[in-house]
Amino acid sequence: MDALMQFLLSGMTVGAVYALVALGFTIIYNASDVVNFAQGEFVMLGGMITVFAHAAGLPLPLAALIAIVLTALVGVALNKLAIEPARGAPVVSLIIITIGASIVIRGAAQLIFDKQLHRFPSFSGDEPIRLLGAAILPQSLWVVGGAFFIFIGLWVFFTKTLTGKAVLATANNRLAAQLVGINTGWVMTLSFSLSAAIGALAGVLVTPITLVAYDVGVGLALKGFAAAMLGGMGNPKGALVGGILLGLLEAMTAGYLSSQYKDAVAFIVILAVLFAMPQGIFGAKRTERV
Amino acid sequence: MTFNSKWVQLAVLLALIAILPVFFPSGYYFRVGALIFVNALSVVGLVILIGYAGQISLGHAGFAGIGAYACALGPEALGLHPALAMLLGALVSAIMAALIGKPILRLKGYYLAVATLGFGILVSMVLTNERSLTRGPDGMEVAELGLRDFLKGVGLKLSSGEFWYLVCGLVLIVGVWIALNLFNSSTGRAMRALHGSEVAARTVGIDVAQVKLQAFVISAVYASVAGSLLSLQNRFITPDVAGFMHSIEMVTMAVLGGVNSVLGATLGAAILTLLPQVLTVFAEYEQLIMGLVMILVMIFLPRGLLPSIAAKLRGRGE
Amino acid sequence: MKTAITTALTTGMTTLVALGAISLSAPASAEIRLGASVSATGPAAFLGDPEAKTIEMLVEQINEAGGINGEKIKLFLYDDGGDPNKARTFATRLVEDDEVTAIIGGSTTGTTMSIISVAEDESIPFISLAGAIQIIDPVRANVFKTPHTDRMACAKIFTDMAARGLTRIGMISGTDGFGASMQAQCHDIAAEHGIEVLADETYGPQDADMTPQLTKIAKTEGVQAILNPGFGQGPAIVTRNKAQLGIDLPLYQSHGVASDGFIKLAGAEAAEGVRLPGTALLIADILPDGDPQKEVVTTYKTAFEAKFDQKVSTFGGYANDAFLLMANAMKTGGADAEAIRDALEATTGLVGTTGTYSFSATDHLGLDLSAFRMLEIRDGGWALAE
Repeated sequence: MDALMQFLLSGMTVGAVYALVALGFTIIYNASDVVNFAQGEFVMLGGMITVFAHAAGLPLPLAALIAIVLTALVGVALNKLAIEPARGAPVVSLIIITIGASIVIRGAAQLIFDKQLHRFPSFSGDEPIRLLGAAILPQSLWVVGGAFFIFIGLWVFFTKTLTGKAVLATANNRLAAQLVGINTGWVMTLSFSLSAAIGALAGVLVTPITLVAYDVGVGLALKGFAAAMLGGMGNPKGALVGGILLGLLEAMTAGYLSSQYKDAVAFIVILAVLFAMPQGIFGAKRTERV
Repeated sequence: MTFNSKWVQLAVLLALIAILPVFFPSGYYFRVGALIFVNALSVVGLVILIGYAGQISLGHAGFAGIGAYACALGPEALGLHPALAMLLGALVSAIMAALIGKPILRLKGYYLAVATLGFGILVSMVLTNERSLTRGPDGMEVAELGLRDFLKGVGLKLSSGEFWYLVCGLVLIVGVWIALNLFNSSTGRAMRALHGSEVAARTVGIDVAQVKLQAFVISAVYASVAGSLLSLQNRFITPDVAGFMHSIEMVTMAVLGGVNSVLGATLGAAILTLLPQVLTVFAEYEQLIMGLVMILVMIFLPRGLLPSIAAKLRGRGE
Repeated sequence: MKTAITTALTTGMTTLVALGAISLSAPASAEIRLGASVSATGPAAFLGDPEAKTIEMLVEQINEAGGINGEKIKLFLYDDGGDPNKARTFATRLVEDDEVTAIIGGSTTGTTMSIISVAEDESIPFISLAGAIQIIDPVRANVFKTPHTDRMACAKIFTDMAARGLTRIGMISGTDGFGASMQAQCHDIAAEHGIEVLADETYGPQDADMTPQLTKIAKTEGVQAILNPGFGQGPAIVTRNKAQLGIDLPLYQSHGVASDGFIKLAGAEAAEGVRLPGTALLIADILPDGDPQKEVVTTYKTAFEAKFDQKVSTFGGYANDAFLLMANAMKTGGADAEAIRDALEATTGLVGTTGTYSFSATDHLGLDLSAFRMLEIRDGGWALAE
């Protein structure tokens, strides 16, 4: 029983990490139909900039804030320099552009920072919280809480605010959105800066647990992408559920079957879900540009 | 774009492969040439899948992995000749592609991308984890093909670099020839029709699922053979060959050169294989430059390098 | 028709231009040419990065001091990114194009194995920086290596465990090349040291939480100690997770994390009491003055840390030793590959950071277990456990 509890807590922790990355994909996808494979790099930047700002003597909250703002600017630059000029390109070109962008960001991070692993202190110490015979670190609660907080924020944003609806309208039909007076250029800028900021916040939250180095982005983007597709791309609920489901699957497989094949089981489940529900669990039917 | 065009393209490729060695200052250039041909071969397969049929795959390195490990395991575990092992690898890849292609190809766009990605990761995971068979992540040695010794026996002495340059070049020409033939065959036309519009293709009586599957299986065989050639040439193989980054590299080569054009894809393979070799002087900036090249080509030459340049040269600047 | 010709011509021209670009870097002049291919970027970067820096630094030092027998060393250093395929291409380039007389490199076992076939075919002496035993067993004429084998690390750990009466253990290994190879080697020799592996778990190199695996190990009846072969962030997370779960079993790490960075990442509190087999380099400060390695480790540590503002690691030490061995052999062998190879094989009693090397025709590693020191983390620093 206490073993099961530990597996659950582990799954929640890891799942919340994936969910945080997956949530970052949501806004850009909703605004532009682009799956941004550089999303993992935003997470990396969030962690790395915080590490170096903190090491330079800034207090942690200020360092984190700087990291989030700088990363948001990188997001805006990504949109202006790489995505806007290629508007209307087929999916495969967009995949290559965003992967190219992720390689550029990684290459730059390697030059600007270094190739070492880094970490900064947990927000609320490292004294584990005991729960029904299992243990969880306070930082895990920060990560889980962060994921829920961003999820609620996004949900409110897309359903209750005019700006959020403008984002959805832009994705649906750019021309029509412009006709009803939406500044679609501004919507895109906003979407990329928000996505990048969410990625950076994720990086700030998870670094005390996962550690950070210039090359952690690929792995995170891959898992986050898988989680978002599992839940249904574009839907914040899908990102949250997909991420946590993926984390729980891995933890349960590691606990009860084989730790060697936990990633394999996760991908098999994703394949199975997609066969049954080609749009993911919460995905809405929408037209794809192929 | 008729009969002539096909033979001209083949002739140019053949001439390039035959004439370039005259300019090679050292054996290292044969090695790079052979690598370009191997990469080009798997990329030509992707031209059929992405360029002709309009489907995407982020997991084709999985098939390269199957082909590569067939050549490593076949001789050791089954006592097969490496050449036969290569055929076996191609067969296994074809069967795998047919089995997973059926359900996967119903998906579209990013959903197809994640499904193929999942397949690739599964293959690389099996290669990494089944230590008793594959020796795990450290990789395993691959048997000698033996053909070079045979040629030496009949009086044709080739260095390892020269030999593999020749073999990979020949296989590439055969692969290109098949791909060009396919382009104008009824199957090829059906593929291009469904690329244009699945609905339209269906209304004119094309079995869309069947045609997609054909493209997927054919491209899998290309990747598998390329993987086999790589492992036979290197005499050593690790699970990296099936990794996610290798899949991405293949797709990038195809799209960079021009995913609708067999020669373009070959050019893409050449550039991305050469780039790291040229950039060793700026090793620190290699990643940065690679990424920038990917972005810039996609923005400014969206149809890929070769079609865009060719269009400009014809004076129709697009 | 016209289209096809234009298309074809474009391909031809572009390829020629690209090939021409490579030959810009063609070599000239006569000095001792040393080749190196290491994984300075990519997943094995924390092996290859200090290795590349070390080799560059030492070449610079030796040239400033006048070279070897008056001849300068010309270094050709490539970054293979941990990709065995690239490593083979660079090895070919080093031998065929740069015409080097010797090669150092191969940060991982995979890249090393790729370089080996080129070095052997062309009879170029090659010192590998990777751990696996198959690099030097069976002995290949031109291949040497500086790191201890994984098998020796296992033996060192098991000997220490047995001495403490810990004979039933659980293992948790990374699935990367380093972790998987050491996991297999430890399994191979566990029985001969009277060790029983009761639980055997793994984790992926990018995993964020290993509590399920550790919980399983802790729940396995009779486990007395935990061994974690791996490198990168994995071992730091395992160490933190073990403290989080309050598992009160001795933890052994591998030489893969033997650096000050590990203590920082895992946290001094969680890492307290962790033991691992390390080299003298890590404890340069506390080595007694009479220790034969004191001088060489201090020299290297001081030079590296002054130049790069980065702590030394065992891996940079491997490159340091490989270069010392190579430079020593070049003193007698000059720029002749065969003479360098013979001089390498005749090396005896050369003191490096990893240990004291004595090669022979049947031993191309030339180290024994004595050079490994069982270290324990105490109060956030390293201490000798023995």
